[in-house]
Amino acid sequence: MNQFSSFVRKEFCHILRDKRTLLILLVMPVVEIILFGFAISTDVRNIRLGILDPSNDVATRSIIQDMDASKYFTVNLVLHTPEEIEEAFRKNKIDMVIVFEDKFYERVVHNGSASVQLLADGTNPNTAKIGVGYATNIIMAYQMRLSQKSAFSGASSATIRIVPNIKMLYNPQMKAAYTFVPGVMGMILMLICSVMTSIAIVREKERGTMEVLLVSPVKPISIILSKTVPYLVISIVNMITIFLLSIFVLKVPVSGSMAWLIIVSILFIFVSLSLGMLISSIVKTQVAAMLFSGIGMMLPGMLLSGLMFPIENMPVLLQWISYMVPAKWYITAVKCIMIQGLDISYCLTELYVLLGMAVLFIFISLKRFKYRLE
Amino acid sequence: MKNRNDILDAAEMVISADNLTKCFKDFTAVDHITFSVRKGEIFGFLGANGAGKTTAMRMLCGLIKPTSGQGFVAGFNINKEAKYVKKNIGYMSQNFSLYEDLKVWENIRLFGGIYGLNDKEIADKTNILLKKLGFEQERNKIVKSLPLGWKQKLAFSSAIFHEPKIVFLDEPTGGVDPSTRREFWEMIYDAADRGITVFVTTHYMDEAEYCDRVSIMVDGKIDALDTPKNLKATYNAENMDQVFRQLARKAKRTAK
Repeated sequence: MNQFSSFVRKEFCHILRDKRTLLILLVMPVVEIILFGFAISTDVRNIRLGILDPSNDVATRSIIQDMDASKYFTVNLVLHTPEEIEEAFRKNKIDMVIVFEDKFYERVVHNGSASVQLLADGTNPNTAKIGVGYATNIIMAYQMRLSQKSAFSGASSATIRIVPNIKMLYNPQMKAAYTFVPGVMGMILMLICSVMTSIAIVREKERGTMEVLLVSPVKPISIILSKTVPYLVISIVNMITIFLLSIFVLKVPVSGSMAWLIIVSILFIFVSLSLGMLISSIVKTQVAAMLFSGIGMMLPGMLLSGLMFPIENMPVLLQWISYMVPAKWYITAVKCIMIQGLDISYCLTELYVLLGMAVLFIFISLKRFKYRLE
Repeated sequence: MKNRNDILDAAEMVISADNLTKCFKDFTAVDHITFSVRKGEIFGFLGANGAGKTTAMRMLCGLIKPTSGQGFVAGFNINKEAKYVKKNIGYMSQNFSLYEDLKVWENIRLFGGIYGLNDKEIADKTNILLKKLGFEQERNKIVKSLPLGWKQKLAFSSAIFHEPKIVFLDEPTGGVDPSTRREFWEMIYDAADRGITVFVTTHYMDEAEYCDRVSIMVDGKIDALDTPKNLKATYNAENMDQVFRQLARKAKRTAK
């Protein structure tokens, strides 16, 4: 036991002495959460709006005012002829155009219906879809007000049309930060555990100190396990930081069980640590370890974990590959527990897959770890 | 010197190799070597680069398994009892075994811990060691900041910190000046006087003269094994350098 503890002490010495790396490891989650939460928001704001309004009456003006007042739109351009629309799009002056019918208010009041056209730039489908959605909501809201007013005054028989009530499940405010929190968690834990652990082990091989350790009576397993202890501690600190930040700064509520969230996270930390051990048993140099775990694991991890692109839309082959990415299972489980607030019984599959991966990786890396230098 | 040899003649064997062989695929790195080393002896293990010195040494340390042949180190079979062999040996590699980013005392504590010494023992022995080396001022220094010669002395002291029966030194004095090497060899003699057997590989022929016995490996085989004095007589040479040149000339293998 004294052997093991002197190794662990040594590992902590290594890490504490390298202050810059330690600082990066501890600050990185904070920066990433803030970046993803605020800066790289996929929320759509300030859509540049063009207006083509031949009516220019009380109704259209009111709608335009509502649009401009909302944080989603800024009226950028007032158009006069339909021909100008295409030109404005081509010159990238606007993202969306709202076209009113002529005699808009008259039609609404007398016929009970009037049409308005929304043209959006489809090259950016995400923004277009969201923009059209917001605009529709604003128009519907106006129509509601109008209907209520006329019904109340009894002036005309304006029909109250059914306003489609679009409710966003799980993310009522459409906050992008919600979905990023599990993703960032997965990425950071993966980075620290896999990349740092594999580098730390391979460094000893590269510098020749591993040889000296192997000549000693210490069991190879203790050498490897002692390497993972400090990173386990750092990962847990990071996990707590991320949770605190997302709860108190990003105001992402933890809908489900906090206990299960921590259990799943620690399970994922074990998977990543064992993956780091596995990588270190394959590669010989720190650069190779970096490339292998950094580019070989992180990139597919990020792209195929569902953090950036929905897995459902991927070709079947990529979907199959994504099943092999541990982060995918972890992110799904965290979304399930943290955002959707579902019971653990809904993400048992994820739990078992992660458990299986941890066992498999540890088993292979122990088998592979050569205690004799050959 | 004569005295020393008389004592050694009576000493027991602590290392013995019997037709020890190591093949890597179709390349025979070490080819049926047979020799033995006595307790307290300073045994020089010479050979050109690629002659198989390091491979032979690694087999004796239990780092790699021999392809064939037997070996006993400190009374244990290197094939079957590597675990016990490891407990009784110290090892210093050519890229010295220290952690450059750790402090002097942290390195010593680690080596003490590895060999199962408790904190109290380690603390006491560390004080004695640093005093002996004259390193008390450097106790809290990061190893990286020490001069090469000091690092090597510290590495050697760490390798014998747990009082092993045998210490294996793989080119311990590479890259330092003659006077530092001289001091290093004084430490080796000191260890040998305490009964620690020293098994050392080297490139420096003047160092070979300091050994009790010297073996010279050529192309995986031991071509000569005797005291420096006898070797010089046999090969009719003035110094070990000439002995080595005569033998190494036959080598067919080129350095790795």
